[in-house]
Amino acid sequence: MSVLYLVAVGNVPDVVWEWIGDAVAEWFPLPIERLPPLPVPEAAYDAKRGQYQSVEIMRMLVERVPNHDSRILGVTNVDLAIPMLSFLFGQAQLNGPVAVVSLCRLHQEFYGLPAQESVLRERTVKEVLHEMGHTFGLVHCGERKCAMSLATHIELVDSKSEEYCSRCGLQLAQRFTTTDGGV
Amino acid sequence: MKKNFPILVVDDEDVMCESMGAWLREDGYRVDTAPNGQNAIELAKVTNYAICFIDLKMPGGMDGIETMMEIHQVRPDASVIIITAYATVDTALQAMKEGAQEYIVKPCNPQEISMLVSRILKLKKLQSENAILRKKLTRQYRHHDIITKNPRMEEILALTNEVASLRSTVLIRGESGTGKELVARAVHYSGNRAEKPFIVVSCAALTETLLESELFGYEKGAFTGASGQSKGKFELADGGTIFLDEIGDISPKLQADLLRVLQERRFYRVGGTNEIEVDVRIIAATNKNLAQEVQLAHFREDLYYRLNVIEIHLPALRERREDVPLLAEHFVNRISSELGREVHGITPAALKVLMSHDWPGNVRELENVIERAIVTCRNGMLDEQDFSWLQKNSAPQTWDIPDVPLGELERRAIVAALERKHGNVKEASAALGIDRSTLYDKLKRYEITH
Repeated sequence: MSVLYLVAVGNVPDVVWEWIGDAVAEWFPLPIERLPPLPVPEAAYDAKRGQYQSVEIMRMLVERVPNHDSRILGVTNVDLAIPMLSFLFGQAQLNGPVAVVSLCRLHQEFYGLPAQESVLRERTVKEVLHEMGHTFGLVHCGERKCAMSLATHIELVDSKSEEYCSRCGLQLAQRFTTTDGGV
Repeated sequence: MKKNFPILVVDDEDVMCESMGAWLREDGYRVDTAPNGQNAIELAKVTNYAICFIDLKMPGGMDGIETMMEIHQVRPDASVIIITAYATVDTALQAMKEGAQEYIVKPCNPQEISMLVSRILKLKKLQSENAILRKKLTRQYRHHDIITKNPRMEEILALTNEVASLRSTVLIRGESGTGKELVARAVHYSGNRAEKPFIVVSCAALTETLLESELFGYEKGAFTGASGQSKGKFELADGGTIFLDEIGDISPKLQADLLRVLQERRFYRVGGTNEIEVDVRIIAATNKNLAQEVQLAHFREDLYYRLNVIEIHLPALRERREDVPLLAEHFVNRISSELGREVHGITPAALKVLMSHDWPGNVRELENVIERAIVTCRNGMLDEQDFSWLQKNSAPQTWDIPDVPLGELERRAIVAALERKHGNVKEASAALGIDRSTLYDKLKRYEITH
């Protein structure tokens, strides 16, 4: 049976799960299950950069998925990166079971601004929809407002909306029209 | 579109391949990864990668630059981006010198790499479109697109094929509308200059001064209005072919200049002091009898012999009447499709009319006649009545011809045609059955202003 597992990697406040729960329930017709939090893997820490390699976190998450039809979304507060790029808002396996989103650079405080919960909520929802979309086969969309558009800096995250464009939305819906959720 | 541009990531670090692969796949690219140079080359033999990200330092075996050079052996068009953790000017220079398109230091900003990839792919898309257009153009002017079953034309086509890859000058003679430019293009696009420019200059359409600056270019201040430097057609045609139409109409001064270019392949821009060397094949065309012009001292004998290395004399359409049905059918298909008209062919009665016409304007006239008939055609086929105006025009008529020199008759015919067409040179030249450059030449000769 296909399930969408949500899991904290390290400490993530409960309110964040409320935002995420509402958003994923709206777009993904799958049973949603919260898993107990996981520690941030030590192997992921890159001391030279003071960041965490997303690949190591994704490797840890993939072991928690019972079958390929299910999905797992890890959410963390640590700053993610990959060797090639200086940072990531999140990463996912295209058409695969794992996605991870970092809240680190979604906080206003990261940019030297006062904390603003509404902004954090919007950014979190957009990034969750974006990375989850990849796990269901959506690639980056040219429609700037679409949640699937590529954001390489925070202003681009802010310029997106908290929903998919009609084309991406339709493609996503088609994934769930076949039996067993089509996943 | 992105799937048409596969990407290869080559790095000995597993994490690097996995993470970079995942990031690029999110963007819709097909991505392969290789842990070393040898593996990368094997993959490149199978897949035509658009971009290869290659780590500079890979222990035990080939380094990034060696890998890049080997990949370029099998995939010369692949764009290589060399990745390194430590930037040094020397290695960057070496990588670029050996053919890397970019050199980036990791980690870099996501925006930087996203823009880099899209910039490279945009260029590749343009290059690929350009290659397709060039192929189309080549196909359009290959010999088999010159429609004929006339033995003399077939001999000419065989000759153009033989001389296509030579640099020898070609002189094409033939009446207006016989397809001199088409044959010139066939020579160019069948030879080893096909990928280079084919530049057309209509010598009759310009005055001596204009033609001189058109052919050789000019330097800033060479004459009033020369506000900047400009390249001439000879420079633009470098590596390719220049087609000099109506060569029999150029002035004695330009004949001397042209002779020098033919002898030395060098010239000066107007007002210039630096000699410019070019590799250009010259194809000239004329509807005049140049040998006769030489005898009349209107054309330099030495230039005539320089131009007339390979001579092609195109027959008039009335001398190859068997081609009329083939050409007519070809024009019906092409023009009806271009104009979006449902015309599917020509009836035998209409063909009889076309076969009996003398076609003083040759193939161009036939093309114009078919176009006019298609525009007015009410049925799906061109019938006899669609060409009734042509019959009328070609039927013997009794004219009151005044007792004046022949040239005066021609002048009056041109003036009348221009008046009927309200000064429109294109329409007037079509009505007279001559091309525009010939009409301009005659306007100049008879000093007719319109």
